[in-house]
Amino acid sequence: MSERIAITVNGEDREIAPGATVAALLTAIGLDTRKVAVERNEEIVPRSTYATVALAQGDRLEIVHFIGGG
Amino acid sequence: MDGTPAGTADDTWEVAGRRFRSRLIVGTGRYKSLEETAAAIEASGAEIVTVAVRRVNLSDPNAPMLQDFVSPKRYTYLPNTAGCHTANEAVRTLRLAREAGGWNLVKLEVLGPPPYLYPDMEGTLEAAKALIADGFEVMVYCADDPVAAKKLEDMGCVAIMPLGAPIGSGLGLTNPFMIRSIKQNAKVPVLVDAGIGTASDAAKAMELGCDAVLLNSAIAHAKDPVRMAVAMKAAVEAGRNAFLAGRMPWNYQADASSPMTGLIR
Repeated sequence: MSERIAITVNGEDREIAPGATVAALLTAIGLDTRKVAVERNEEIVPRSTYATVALAQGDRLEIVHFIGGG
Repeated sequence: MDGTPAGTADDTWEVAGRRFRSRLIVGTGRYKSLEETAAAIEASGAEIVTVAVRRVNLSDPNAPMLQDFVSPKRYTYLPNTAGCHTANEAVRTLRLAREAGGWNLVKLEVLGPPPYLYPDMEGTLEAAKALIADGFEVMVYCADDPVAAKKLEDMGCVAIMPLGAPIGSGLGLTNPFMIRSIKQNAKVPVLVDAGIGTASDAAKAMELGCDAVLLNSAIAHAKDPVRMAVAMKAAVEAGRNAFLAGRMPWNYQADASSPMTGLIR
């Protein structure tokens, strides 16, 4: 079972295991879930659902955090 | 007697039900380092800081983050929509900010094209409407246009923030009469946002009666940002006190300060 699904994360193509959740993706990237926010296909993914939202082929994700700005 | 006139020690202002003592809001961008950011903000005495929302760097997930240097527990984070040129981009950005930090008090800016990045009022009005409907409390960057400012207030924006001059230009208050007009017409706080270049610009904005000043580059791009932060803190306080004190009338002829009687002959 080596099939992967293709998604886009912050504009970069990425392949993940079928059924992987948002939480699994964040862990794989190495991000602290408390400091980021995630949008999936232009809809917010609430933090409380990271462990249950499974990603699907073609999903477009934006993962953001706060940086300096005026 | 500590030299503080009665009444000024308690001179606070309120936005969206939150009360603040400092009338200086500072940005957190354009510093040389996160350490310098933290030191300058500390010196400014600001209680509210603006922050931007951007994609995380996927190749360097452990890079130091702003929150590690400027604590959201100590400072009220005011997420902005800098770089957004459409209402949709601005709304998406602030929904992400709310999810990341839980804050619904935000700074909306929808910008026109370079080289001026002048506020796009059509996009700003559209985004403000959507954000307010979605439960946000919107402090809005806007043109120095009293009609647009009133529309934004009437739709429920919690603060009106006309530009003094284009973002990052340091040109000061290019249209002080319109800033004053917007303030006189508003029942919500009015802040000058953008254009401040040096301390006297900030003082002038406060002397016009503005409730607070928002600036970033004037501190971050000074040769000594920490010292400029100190200057801005003092300037905002001086301008506020001058406004409260009520300036003397303009007089287009001399009016001697020393008695004209009892002169030697």
